[in-house]
Amino acid sequence: MKVWVFIEESQGEPAPIGLELLTKARALTEAPAVAYLGNGSDEAFAQLGSYGAATIYHIPTNDHLPSAAGAAALATLAETYDPDVIMFGLTPTDRDVAGRLSARMGLPVISNGIDVLIDGESVTVTSEIFGGSQIVETAFTGKTPHLVVLRPKSFPAEPGGQTTPTVETVGLPDVGHAGAAIVTESHVEEREGPQLEDASVVVSAGRGMGSAENLSLTQRLAELLEAAQGATRAVVDAGWVPYSLQIGQTGKIVKPDVYIACGISGAMQHAVGMKDSKVIIAINKDEEAPIFALCDLGIVGDVNKVLPKLIEALEARK
Amino acid sequence: MNVAVCTKQIPDPAAPYQLDAETHFLERPTDQILDDTDRYGVEMGLQVAEQTDGSVTLVSMGPAGSLQGIRQALAMGAAKAIVIEDPALQGADSWTTAQVLAAAIKREEFDVVIAGTESTDGSAGVLPQQLAELLGVPSLTFAKHLEQEDGTIRIQRQTGYGYDVVESPTPVLVTVTSGVVEPRYPTFKGIMGAKKKPIDVIGLGDLGVSPTTTQKIVEVRPAPERASGEVIEDDGEAYQRILQILEQAKVI
Repeated sequence: MKVWVFIEESQGEPAPIGLELLTKARALTEAPAVAYLGNGSDEAFAQLGSYGAATIYHIPTNDHLPSAAGAAALATLAETYDPDVIMFGLTPTDRDVAGRLSARMGLPVISNGIDVLIDGESVTVTSEIFGGSQIVETAFTGKTPHLVVLRPKSFPAEPGGQTTPTVETVGLPDVGHAGAAIVTESHVEEREGPQLEDASVVVSAGRGMGSAENLSLTQRLAELLEAAQGATRAVVDAGWVPYSLQIGQTGKIVKPDVYIACGISGAMQHAVGMKDSKVIIAINKDEEAPIFALCDLGIVGDVNKVLPKLIEALEARK
Repeated sequence: MNVAVCTKQIPDPAAPYQLDAETHFLERPTDQILDDTDRYGVEMGLQVAEQTDGSVTLVSMGPAGSLQGIRQALAMGAAKAIVIEDPALQGADSWTTAQVLAAAIKREEFDVVIAGTESTDGSAGVLPQQLAELLGVPSLTFAKHLEQEDGTIRIQRQTGYGYDVVESPTPVLVTVTSGVVEPRYPTFKGIMGAKKKPIDVIGLGDLGVSPTTTQKIVEVRPAPERASGEVIEDDGEAYQRILQILEQAKVI
């Protein structure tokens, strides 16, 4: 089986999910290849080599939104080298390229996957649907390449299978009007403290916090625990925090050692992003909230009364 | 500008639903609601149409049922709706759906096609990009803000670390995340008016397409449930129990 991983460059490096998928690809095949979309650098390629990438097909980008031309370049590569499986991450650009490639090649995409199983010639994808309440196994029944979009944190990223990869650079083809979108500005939202994806403790705020001002409590708790701050979609939609803090189906997926859900009801869309945390602590005043079915410790009470006491106790211990 | 907004009627997420373990199909109730994400797309579409003297057409695939969800969007201000319903489409995947929606959208001329980034029930999140490729237009995805100026569409596109500003000439497809705009509530006049707005329910034969796909669900099973833990009422001292758990987890 020829297994490829599509990896987008993110702030000069391979996107973290790309390394997770490459680790998985190594378990599926002896010599995984990477289709790398971005400026590229010796450091980036060496890093991919340290995760076992035998070959890198480098697709350099310009100021155009790369999805349409990137998909066209990838289609040409796939027609030339005939991979059996191409893995993508559930991230904006990966989804753009996977979707466009699918339509270009007339192939389905199986999305939202958490695992890929190869058995002889058969390729099956495991997905969680409806907020993780059901598990579905879907098999490809047509021609290759089989396109799979996998959720972040489905596999750990572990270096291994050290190689010095062969790098082949291919140009972005002219796709006419479909490629006409241009990126004119790029904004980075600065975040202080540990990053959500790799923090061992996450303190997350929901609508039950009551107001943007009350988020000073979750912020202080996060500082004391050296935790990353997260939020639900409702809190992001209300404009209390930026989207980059959103946890859930349409946000980030986290699996910390401890997840503290403050004023969060635990709707399906949020649960998907945090339910695999090791220990979940929830504070919510509604005892019927679905979060209490997910947590290890649930406190039925006013989060704005519990948090100040917890903060005071933690400050006293410092 | 003429705007097509892809909308989906889904079972009410508040009422639990699941895939049938035998048939692998989702049994859809007659009364389905408008996917909440689509309210944001409809609002954005209406804003663009209003600024440019255009109109909004809804395009939807799936069992029409009582059309409750579609009428909800018409009541917000969309001019008309095209609904594609066909028994052959039961259990359709995103690739099949994209082929059907593309055929329906190509029957008219649109400057802007809007879709949610993903549906609340299926959440595959690749259909809009498949649709854009079939239509041969750029895809401005994950828009949290949209504006138009002299035929150029400009969005703020969410990224993992912030956002990019992306612009494109029309025709173009835009995907919107929820929470980007405040969707308007239908007025009484809007609700009454929606009853008279045209809803064209058509089948695959009318579109002249017979889409196929090559994936198959082979198994559906319930996810393992997380053992629920200890739930206590706060008596003013519950924070101490949190401290104990944090100690056990060795984070303090």
